[in-house]
Amino acid sequence: MVPVNYYIILSAILFTIGAVGVLIRRNPLVIFMSVELMLNAANLAMVAFSSVYKSFSGQIFVFFVIAVAAAEVAVGLALIVEIFKTKHNINVDEMNSLKG
Amino acid sequence: MTVDLILFLILALVSVSTALGMLLSRNTVYSALFLVLNFVTVAVFYLLLGAPFIAMAQVTVYAGAIMVLFLFVIMLLGTEVLPASNILPWQKPLAGGLAAVLAVEAIYLLLVRARSVAQVTSPDVAINSMDNLREMGKVLFSTYLLPFEVTSILLLVAMVGAIVLTKKEKA
Repeated sequence: MVPVNYYIILSAILFTIGAVGVLIRRNPLVIFMSVELMLNAANLAMVAFSSVYKSFSGQIFVFFVIAVAAAEVAVGLALIVEIFKTKHNINVDEMNSLKG
Repeated sequence: MTVDLILFLILALVSVSTALGMLLSRNTVYSALFLVLNFVTVAVFYLLLGAPFIAMAQVTVYAGAIMVLFLFVIMLLGTEVLPASNILPWQKPLAGGLAAVLAVEAIYLLLVRARSVAQVTSPDVAINSMDNLREMGKVLFSTYLLPFEVTSILLLVAMVGAIVLTKKEKA
């Protein structure tokens, strides 16, 4: 028997760590991984509530979030590869122009 | 202290420390591997919460497909270690302060405003059985049929988008 609050607090901590990652890291790949961590923290909260309320809706939304995350990663990594091909560098501080 | 609670606390410790390892490691490959471990612990949380289908989807899609894609791109670009940059020296303390505010605010709201006393009961035999999956499938293909179809179109668009972005332009 685990109180649902524990799961929600864990989810809040993981979400905060992901937010810090987005703010302080300069490597777009690590920023991307931090975004995945935040999505995962939100998923954990949704599954915890779905388990408390004995409803499948939360789990089905998590399923959709996982599918959307897969699509997001495919497009995002393609963009990063393309940026690397034009600038030969993926430090986000160097990405300061829209024209390649 | 029940078995569930002990298991939860150990896994929570692993999960938070691997998230911090992902955040603090200088080498991007180590970050990705820490994140794989984090995803696996979260999958075990899903099993504890009685969501076996989501747990398996987590392992195959996140820990499997997505992280392999990440590792592939990291090694393709050869940017495992980036030099430290100090263009914005005030950014890290500011980010740390804002993150502390976010964590305190979230936990305060959850403990004081929501005051939920609900317990996550350990899943009974029925919830980890085929009946559970069958019920979930019924809900997915009746109530949530439209979102399901829209997701399939989204995946197709993402696939075409990724191919178009990385395709060599013909001169």
